[in-house]
Amino acid sequence: MTLSAGRGPWIWIGKQAVKQGSLKQWFKSGAPGIWMSGGAVAIAVIMTLGLISVIAVRGLAHFWPADVIEARYAVPGEAPRTIMGEVVQAEEVPLERLKGAGLPVPEDGPKFMTRELIKLGNRELNGSDFAWVVGDWLQDQKKPTDVIALERREWGNFYGYLINVKEDGKIVAEGEAAIPTLRERLDRISELADQIGQLEKVDIGGINYGLERLRLRERGLELDNALDATAQADLAAERSELEARYRTFEDQLVSLRQDFDRDSLTLRDATGRETEVRLANVVHAYQPNAMSTLQKLGFYFAKLWEFLSTDPREANTEGGVFPAIFGTVMMTLIMAVIVTPFGVIAAIYLREYAKQGPLTRLIRIAVNNLAGVPAIVYGVFGLGFFVYVLGGSIDQLFFRESLPSPTFGTPGLLWASLTLAILAVPVVIVATEEGLARIPRSVREGSLALGATKAETLWKVVLPMASPAMMTGLILAVARAAGEVAPLMLVGVVKLAPTLPVNLNYPYLHLDQKIMHLGFHIFDVGFQSPNVEAARPLVYATALLLVLIIAGLNLSAVAIRNRLREKYKALDS
Amino acid sequence: MQQETQKPAVSMGALGRERQNLDLSKEPVAIEVPGLNLFYGQKQALFDVKLNIPKQRVTAFIGPSGCGKSTLLRSFNRMNDLVDGCRIEGEIRLDGQNIFAKGTEVAELRRRVGMVFQKPNPFPKSIYENVVYGLRIQGINKKRTLDEAVEWALKGAALWDEVKDRLHESALGLSGGQQQRLVIARTIAVQPEVLLLDEPSSALDPISSLKIEELIYELKSRYTIVIVTHNMQQAARVSDYTAFMYLGKLIEYGDTDTVFTNPAKKQTEDYITGRYG
Repeated sequence: MTLSAGRGPWIWIGKQAVKQGSLKQWFKSGAPGIWMSGGAVAIAVIMTLGLISVIAVRGLAHFWPADVIEARYAVPGEAPRTIMGEVVQAEEVPLERLKGAGLPVPEDGPKFMTRELIKLGNRELNGSDFAWVVGDWLQDQKKPTDVIALERREWGNFYGYLINVKEDGKIVAEGEAAIPTLRERLDRISELADQIGQLEKVDIGGINYGLERLRLRERGLELDNALDATAQADLAAERSELEARYRTFEDQLVSLRQDFDRDSLTLRDATGRETEVRLANVVHAYQPNAMSTLQKLGFYFAKLWEFLSTDPREANTEGGVFPAIFGTVMMTLIMAVIVTPFGVIAAIYLREYAKQGPLTRLIRIAVNNLAGVPAIVYGVFGLGFFVYVLGGSIDQLFFRESLPSPTFGTPGLLWASLTLAILAVPVVIVATEEGLARIPRSVREGSLALGATKAETLWKVVLPMASPAMMTGLILAVARAAGEVAPLMLVGVVKLAPTLPVNLNYPYLHLDQKIMHLGFHIFDVGFQSPNVEAARPLVYATALLLVLIIAGLNLSAVAIRNRLREKYKALDS
Repeated sequence: MQQETQKPAVSMGALGRERQNLDLSKEPVAIEVPGLNLFYGQKQALFDVKLNIPKQRVTAFIGPSGCGKSTLLRSFNRMNDLVDGCRIEGEIRLDGQNIFAKGTEVAELRRRVGMVFQKPNPFPKSIYENVVYGLRIQGINKKRTLDEAVEWALKGAALWDEVKDRLHESALGLSGGQQQRLVIARTIAVQPEVLLLDEPSSALDPISSLKIEELIYELKSRYTIVIVTHNMQQAARVSDYTAFMYLGKLIEYGDTDTVFTNPAKKQTEDYITGRYG
């Protein structure tokens, strides 16, 4: 648009004279469009950043060892009681709401009062770990340095004072000396826990797997009518060898367990009740009020690492999410491996070989529409077709020995990945087709003119040049698939999967196994958990992790694409 | 020499070179077109074109845009096959064999009849890989053979000295003129018999354009060259024979000296002297 200032209050835009400074001129200048699009971008950026910072702050704060307060909680008209715990959250609430909640608030008091959520721990004594209290009624707040916080394998946290440490019921340390003794013995416990875990999961798990395979082999031979005396003897020999190994492991396990159970602690809670805690039950013991900021930071990162690297505990409300991370990444990668060739081949056929006519156009419309089908529909399709039909047939053909218990005829990693693949394949097809359409005709002709056939031209020139577009499709597919949850619940993702789909047992990658998934983990922890307050920060932390993982997968794909683009930057100019 | 009877349409200076005394009827024939009709859907693009392309000479096709000269050129290596709805009636004979005959290997035909396009179209690969592309397609992968072919072809295309130190860098880093010479090198690397040049220097600057012309002059001792051009001076400078086409018909065909200095048809004279086109 040519824009030149004319004489007087008039301005020429194109062939029209517009009054200078008028609204019409402002619209004609295109400024409102710029403002509008700029504003939309700004809103999108602010919303994204806001969302990420909310989940980051709430999720990451969870791992900080907050100070433990001890206070007298005096509800008017009731006897005061001592409470102890971490302040998790504080908010200002209007008096009416407290009144509505049945609290005896004073009529003439301030309009707003603080309400605090305190993590009391000690679930076996208190019945619940969290309590809402009115902050104004907390008296004599203090932070005693000798308060000890225990993170336990059962019953959540414990806050209290350490009285003594016992070995086989006999006191070995008391008072001041109890803490160092506790530390020492806790190290021993965590070492023993590792050994037991190794023994149970790897050694005994391996033997169980071997026994199961033997059973299946026997059943397979039986089905083939080949189970003669020599085969039986072979099997029996192998079985007895495995069983002998199992017995030695079992003995080791029993003695380890005894060692593990040796020590216990006596603790006193805020109200003065004494209780005994098995040391075997304790994961961490720390004195938050006595820790320096540096120590707290160290503890914080240790907890963060634990979150990323360990299995969940206590119905997923404690511990880590490693199996879920692993499952998500694994499933997405397998999905990518399946979806890329599939989508690319389909796009090549549609764009390069199919006769462009009404039928091709119809197929293209159908493909585009597939991208808009609700994900749960894919889940149902995956369950019905992949799991029952395909998986059932595979079981009939190849895993007859383990029937009636299904191998592939049940939801699992492979089916989850396949379902996601068909969910994401339209994206890859569309992106690849666009990429193919953009390859200049002149380059194709150049190849054909040198005596290359159409297939050779495709393979040697066109596909490499279209590879950035394929990567774009893959990026979009990963972004779409990694965040999907609903269909996965039907085809292979579960609340808790005891073993990873990759392990040391042959064939190492177990495509039939069920997996955990971060998205489903969020749903499960956030909405299916018996302990909502304990689980909530984990929802944020898991959500943040999922966002980061998807961002990571995307960024690596973008990096690859940019390299390809640089390499094959076409003759667009 | 022959400026006596008629006033020449183009002066000798415009021809830009010495006259040659050539006779089309005595030349050995490389491509024989005994009569060709070509249709794009319902629309006829070529009307009963008859001509013989002489061996190891440069033949130029001139004519206004849309006259069918590129279409004719692209028929020689069956590039028109790629166009939907393109139908051909008649024959084109390469060494006496009809290239439209059933059972003709199109890929083999295109290897024998190489083509260079209007816009340089190197592949997004290294200079080396661009040159050996056609050889690799033929299944030649021996490094020594390829190395030799690259040097020979690049020298043949007068590009060797400029790129010999960066053979493995991307071809897209070359200038437009270098890219076009690379495309020529790529084409001659497969040792074709005929070289079709479709306005090879129209997208280039004058200096690069001149280099291409010099190259054509060098190459004509080994290849039969057919060039389509819009540039009259270029046609006059590089070609031995010139065909003037108009609206899908071959109007005049003869040795360049005669066509440019003493055209038989009024239309040819009008076009050459710039009265229309």
